[in-house]
Amino acid sequence: MSLNQKRRLLLTAAALLGMGQLHAKDVSTPRVIKVVVRKFVFTPDTIQLKKGETVELELTTEDVVMGFNAPDLKARSDIIPGMVKRLRITPENTGKFTFHCDIFCGSGHEDMAGTIVVT
Amino acid sequence: MKNPLNRRDFLKLAGLGGGVVFASTLSGCSWSEPARADAHMAADDFYFVQMSDTHWGFEGAPNPDAKGTLKKAVAAVNELGHAPDFIIFTGDLTHTTDDPKQRRIRMAQFHEIVAELKTPKVLFMPGEHDASLDRGEAYKEFFGDLNYTFDHKGVHFIALDNVSDPAASIGEAQLAWLAADLAQLPKDAKIVVFAHRPLFDLYPQWDWATRDGAKAVDLLMPYANVTVFYGHIHQENHHMTGHIAHHSAKSLMFPLPAPGSQPKRAPLAWDAEHPYRGLGVREIQTEKKRDAYAITELPVQKG
Repeated sequence: MSLNQKRRLLLTAAALLGMGQLHAKDVSTPRVIKVVVRKFVFTPDTIQLKKGETVELELTTEDVVMGFNAPDLKARSDIIPGMVKRLRITPENTGKFTFHCDIFCGSGHEDMAGTIVVT
Repeated sequence: MKNPLNRRDFLKLAGLGGGVVFASTLSGCSWSEPARADAHMAADDFYFVQMSDTHWGFEGAPNPDAKGTLKKAVAAVNELGHAPDFIIFTGDLTHTTDDPKQRRIRMAQFHEIVAELKTPKVLFMPGEHDASLDRGEAYKEFFGDLNYTFDHKGVHFIALDNVSDPAASIGEAQLAWLAADLAQLPKDAKIVVFAHRPLFDLYPQWDWATRDGAKAVDLLMPYANVTVFYGHIHQENHHMTGHIAHHSAKSLMFPLPAPGSQPKRAPLAWDAEHPYRGLGVREIQTEKKRDAYAITELPVQKG
């Protein structure tokens, strides 16, 4: 192997290593989307995601215990007052997917829902 | 209510393994007696009535007769030629309110209305509207235990509570109670289970499920003759989990759309041309010789 060939190999290896680190960083620190919940609304109630992108929902409630459940994305979490619940989602398909509160929280509970739009 | 139709629609589901014969009147049909003349009927066969999701206290466009529908249904059940052995209300007796005082007022009013039923044995179960906000505290004051069993003419009945936990779980304690109850029964016992919410994942996107319902179904699965009657979804739905048949009942306040048929789980609009369409009660006739039940759906009012 010539000196130039060795140099190219080293540069390529360094580049690949760098990409690997970048990829690892992407996975470990996904985009964070804050979702604030109170009787009887999710804010925001429409969440835009990209197919294949891992995001972290940061769920908090301003009043009582709530639930976040997106069955089609197999994503659910309790949301406890005073705590931040983090829920990672990586949508594998495009489309519109509903989420709702699945812990009965009062007279407006059954209208408490939103949509995740994956493009 | 004028009766535009007068025929029955018989669907034989026995071949599906659940041993259920299902007889349903079309919406708007006249009341008629269950098929007691059936040659298969044994002398100790009996029938009971399921009423569900009365949502007393609801007000809104989906039912302009919100204060009258339950009373009409009570009157109609009282007019049945042969009184049922018992009547069971499978939850959401009242419409939810965030005010505990108002909740009790609604329960008292509901209790007063159904006290007009002539059938001596009337049983109740909670729905999430009755029991989820206070874990059944008010419900128990008016209607007693949240879950219970009883035996009637050779059939073992189990009322499960999958609503007093606001997360819609039966819970490990109640599952242990269920397991202990079932352990006393032979595997060919005739078992009827009542629940408010479906015990299977009917449509989780609309919260039409019980979080740990599969555990209850697993406990019931070794028993050959199990049928589940439930409410919650305000419409008929018939589903099999293995050999276990699950039948949901209509509401007596407003119908809901078929699972996933529209974006939101909103009540169906009142149909002025066909008042009370989609509402009704149900008769369930035992056919013990065939380990079967004949189900007859009835509209709110006698035609």
